[in-house]
Amino acid sequence: MTNRWGKWIAIVGMGLVAFSFLYPFLWMFVATIKPEKEITEVGLLASQYSLDNYRVLLDRIPILRALLNSFIVAVTSTVSVLIFCSLAGYALARLRFPGRGLIHNLILFTMVMPFQLTLIPLYVMMVKFGWVDTYAALILPYSMSAFAILLFRQFFLQMPQDLIDAARIDGLGELSILFRIFWPLSKPILITVGIVHFMGIWNEALWPLIVIRDEMLMTMPQMVALFAVAGQAEGQFGVQLSAAALMTLPVVIVFVFLQRYFIESMATSGLKE
Amino acid sequence: MKYVDPATRSVGGLAKQEAHAGRVLIAPYIIFFLIFSAYPLIFSLILVFHHWSIVGPLEWAGLDNFAELISDELFWKSIVNTLFFIAIHVPLQVVVALLLAAILNEKIPARSFFRATFFLPVVVSGVAVTVLWKQLFSTDAGLFNQVLAWFDIARVPWLSSPEWAMPSIAIMATWKNVGLYVILFLAGLQNVPRSQYEAAEMDGAGWWAKFRHITVPAINPVVVIVLILSTLGGFSLFIEPYVLTNGGPMNSTLSGVLYIFKQAFGFFRMGYAATIGLALAVIVLTVVLIQRKFVERED
Repeated sequence: MTNRWGKWIAIVGMGLVAFSFLYPFLWMFVATIKPEKEITEVGLLASQYSLDNYRVLLDRIPILRALLNSFIVAVTSTVSVLIFCSLAGYALARLRFPGRGLIHNLILFTMVMPFQLTLIPLYVMMVKFGWVDTYAALILPYSMSAFAILLFRQFFLQMPQDLIDAARIDGLGELSILFRIFWPLSKPILITVGIVHFMGIWNEALWPLIVIRDEMLMTMPQMVALFAVAGQAEGQFGVQLSAAALMTLPVVIVFVFLQRYFIESMATSGLKE
Repeated sequence: MKYVDPATRSVGGLAKQEAHAGRVLIAPYIIFFLIFSAYPLIFSLILVFHHWSIVGPLEWAGLDNFAELISDELFWKSIVNTLFFIAIHVPLQVVVALLLAAILNEKIPARSFFRATFFLPVVVSGVAVTVLWKQLFSTDAGLFNQVLAWFDIARVPWLSSPEWAMPSIAIMATWKNVGLYVILFLAGLQNVPRSQYEAAEMDGAGWWAKFRHITVPAINPVVVIVLILSTLGGFSLFIEPYVLTNGGPMNSTLSGVLYIFKQAFGFFRMGYAATIGLALAVIVLTVVLIQRKFVERED
């Protein structure tokens, strides 16, 4: 863009687009503290501001419990994925054992298998196991991920063999090699897998809607979705928006501080998929 | 993985030990695969030949579910709706993302601010975004119609007319996801050497000529990824219509996954819901395969 005018048009255009991305969020946060009658106004000014909507929200649904549940589920399954998928990735990348090629192909196969196929059978399984309305139903199906294994495998393939040989001569077992030598050198991939998996679970709404009925076990996306559709909000937009705002705020705060990691992680995982 | 003095290990012993360690380390995945991939897969092939309403035993149904599927107008409507969504959403996504990425690739100020801004909706929950947009889309009091009114444009029935509802959802989904694809395209663009552009400029090429003849060919692989990812995303459309319209008006936003959900948890017809899932999976794989073939031939 050597042309100066072109450059200015681009900047103004980008500014307008950026505004269209930021303003709705800003508007949402402000709308939650406006009086109900003034919520629909386009601007941010109101005759008064109050936290009434949040009070009503906390009265109607156990949303803080949902926040806690979301946190428990996302943290547990992410830790599980980091540990068990790096085990599998290490085995596939660095250890020769019979059936390795077959297992690698199985993993690739599960990645192309559309989730629509196994959604209902998985639910039926949860019923048979007696897992409906348990944390197990929310966590265990996400306790490993084929994609995470492949990311770990790819990363571990690039590590020098000398590292492993030296560690083995020192008498380290494979678990020690993985966790004490490979892990400290694998921060980029641990961060990538961690963020991508955590965000995926944190935002997942369909699966909880299927396996959870008990309000005390619901995750945030599920509870807010049900609240918005089930009429508990009694058509009060302010209360519905408060629920959405409460769900958005932690993510926005974390994103502001760690945006570089978020963007890089999601870009890497997108390009490798 | 006990300590073994290296001096006492034979080469054969080493290989054996390695194989043993390999089996132990992969074991958790094998268990996971059997329970959460293999079993549901096999079970889906059993379920589609049965009726089951959660209570009581499986009832043999033969080919009933398939016969019903073929003559089920709602099923076909849900497929057409999903394809309609993809037909709007995917091209829109690719064009907007590519345009924004191309501008971000130039030397403009505040690039990382723009990048982060476009990415923000990607990390925010789809439910939160949908609840927010439900308000923006409202026909009487929504922000969009109020802004349009400033320019004397008549109210658009964003979600309340069968013609507009699905395109509206596609617009929202593009706003929600485009940031991810901007980043992917940007990564692709940064691999194009500056010297190529400089050489083209010396030959007097304008912005469009450079874009058409240098940028587009260079990022073709990324286009393939973006096409496939956003198509897969399109086929999993669920939470947006669930929250905004519950499939209406007149079933115009009933997506494939939403229909599975309704059959399973509205009518408790697990066998039939599984059959829709199987059909949808076959369609997904077919479309992605065709896309791949088509794009590869373009190269």
